[in-house]
Amino acid sequence: MNPSLRRFLTDPKAVIGLTILIVTLAAALLAPVLFPRDPWQMVSRPFLPPFQDARYWLGTDMLGRDILAGIAYGAQMSLIVGVASTAAALILGILVGAFAGYNGGWIDDALMRGTEFFQTIPTFVFALLMVAILAPSITSIIIAICVVSWPPVARLVRSEFATLRSREFVKAARVLGESNSRIIFTQILPNTLSPVIAMSSLMVASAILTEAAISFLGLGDPNRMSWGYMIGASRTVIRQAWWMSFFPGLVILLVVLALNLVGETLNDALNPRLSRKGRQ
Amino acid sequence: MMRIVLAVALRLLKAAAVVLAIVLLNFVLIRLAPGDPASVIAGQAGAADEQFMAQLREQFGLDQPLYIQAYTYVSGILQGDLGYSYRQAMPVSDLILERLPATLLLTGTAFVLALVAGVAMGAAAGLNAGKATDFIVSVVSLIFYATPLFWIGLMAILLFSVTLDWLPAYGMVSTGSRATGWARAADIAWHLVLPAVTLGLFYTAVYARMTRASILEVRDMDFVRTARAKGLRRGPLIRRHILRNALLPIVTLAGIQAGQLVGGAILTETVFAWPGIGRLAFDALVQRDYQVLLGVFLITSVMVVVFNMITDLVYRLVDPRIGATA
Repeated sequence: MNPSLRRFLTDPKAVIGLTILIVTLAAALLAPVLFPRDPWQMVSRPFLPPFQDARYWLGTDMLGRDILAGIAYGAQMSLIVGVASTAAALILGILVGAFAGYNGGWIDDALMRGTEFFQTIPTFVFALLMVAILAPSITSIIIAICVVSWPPVARLVRSEFATLRSREFVKAARVLGESNSRIIFTQILPNTLSPVIAMSSLMVASAILTEAAISFLGLGDPNRMSWGYMIGASRTVIRQAWWMSFFPGLVILLVVLALNLVGETLNDALNPRLSRKGRQ
Repeated sequence: MMRIVLAVALRLLKAAAVVLAIVLLNFVLIRLAPGDPASVIAGQAGAADEQFMAQLREQFGLDQPLYIQAYTYVSGILQGDLGYSYRQAMPVSDLILERLPATLLLTGTAFVLALVAGVAMGAAAGLNAGKATDFIVSVVSLIFYATPLFWIGLMAILLFSVTLDWLPAYGMVSTGSRATGWARAADIAWHLVLPAVTLGLFYTAVYARMTRASILEVRDMDFVRTARAKGLRRGPLIRRHILRNALLPIVTLAGIQAGQLVGGAILTETVFAWPGIGRLAFDALVQRDYQVLLGVFLITSVMVVVFNMITDLVYRLVDPRIGATA
């Protein structure tokens, strides 16, 4: 087995993280099978406390909706938004960063000023504003999260490109007459990917947190169950019914924690030189 | 001296450019909205009557070419006119100014708490790298890092207000309280505990990680080895050589992160009914009062820009190695 992969899979942090993520993915995929009824539908009496009715193990909310079913369907929303917005942000960030770092000069300056600008503005407020103005939907949430999360990718890729472009293997490719786009995509880009991969896991985590916060504030997709929505909707009855907001929040915490653990171990496995200092 | 003046002037120019870009971004956002920009400006359709909409269209020159519209909008904002909230029947700038002190108090307190706690935790971990303290700090900061702010706020209310009845859960002053002076300050401080700690948790984790990494970097450097070889005791070695140098990068990074606290303030203020601009933004979201939202975005961005500028200048003063014009 590849040594990086082995180092990754034998780290207990990665094992815990991956287990949580696999369970979450399974819940998201199997939600329609496990809970054939619409998660928005009333299934039992409202305010049913958890661990009392075996059919509704985590209880019901103020409208009698099954909390566990909501969590399973909410996993779909979180994972879709997390993965899609991160993929979009990676593409945008890699393109901007590669173009700036490879070209240097004024193109680099201009693109990096723009990147800095997007890092300066308060990202969460900007994301909220975008979702509000574009009308709340899963697409607008993905766009908003993508727009606020690409700058770190661009900066990372740019700095890698800026150092790699004057290395010998790149010069050799140039002498051989390879085109710029070929050099960028087949020579330099593969060499910059490991830190980007480690970063992407943390980006999914923060995208999930942002989506939950947006939905908590009532700007979620009105057609999709979401963990943030469940907490936001039941926060006014928290004194009577703690379980309605407790369980969805705990699930967010676990999934984000899992992604952080995986991201950290990926970083250690893929960039052993960089992480040696921090590991001790 | 000349160089410092020049650096400050350059920094101000850069800040002004960023603010201008944010105003333009607001303009683009209004144009991006589906439907009539006038209805965006007025708040969602139905709130405003036809006459008001017609007045808005004229005022913003919506029949004019785009660049003139942009000019009208930007010059209006730069003259301090953030528009009018039809829902609240008040100019947006008045609404925001009225709420700003509460937000500054909350974010300021959270920032100081996070910085002190984070640096302390990070230092404890970094100086004991590989030992139990280090492990505990990394687990705690990992959890803080992954916790949704709004959820931990609700759970804190549940534990400290509902169950234990130690701390107030909502608002900034006790209802019906007519206290003044110190009694009032104490009342506000009492109400501030839960929201400020909640808002600070995430950043405590951020600062703890940064401090730890920074200390690990510094403690292997030559000058530290020299100091140790010279026979310097552990206390002064840590204080004068390691901490002082390790904390320098934290200043700039903390400045960048601090701006993002304002975003968290929207969530915290919503959970704790804290009467600041975050709460204002939440109400505006519920009512689709875009004019107010755009105003809040602009003001928070300006806060970030100003804060970054201050930390930048502080950093230059603290670390003379940085060229004044670099």
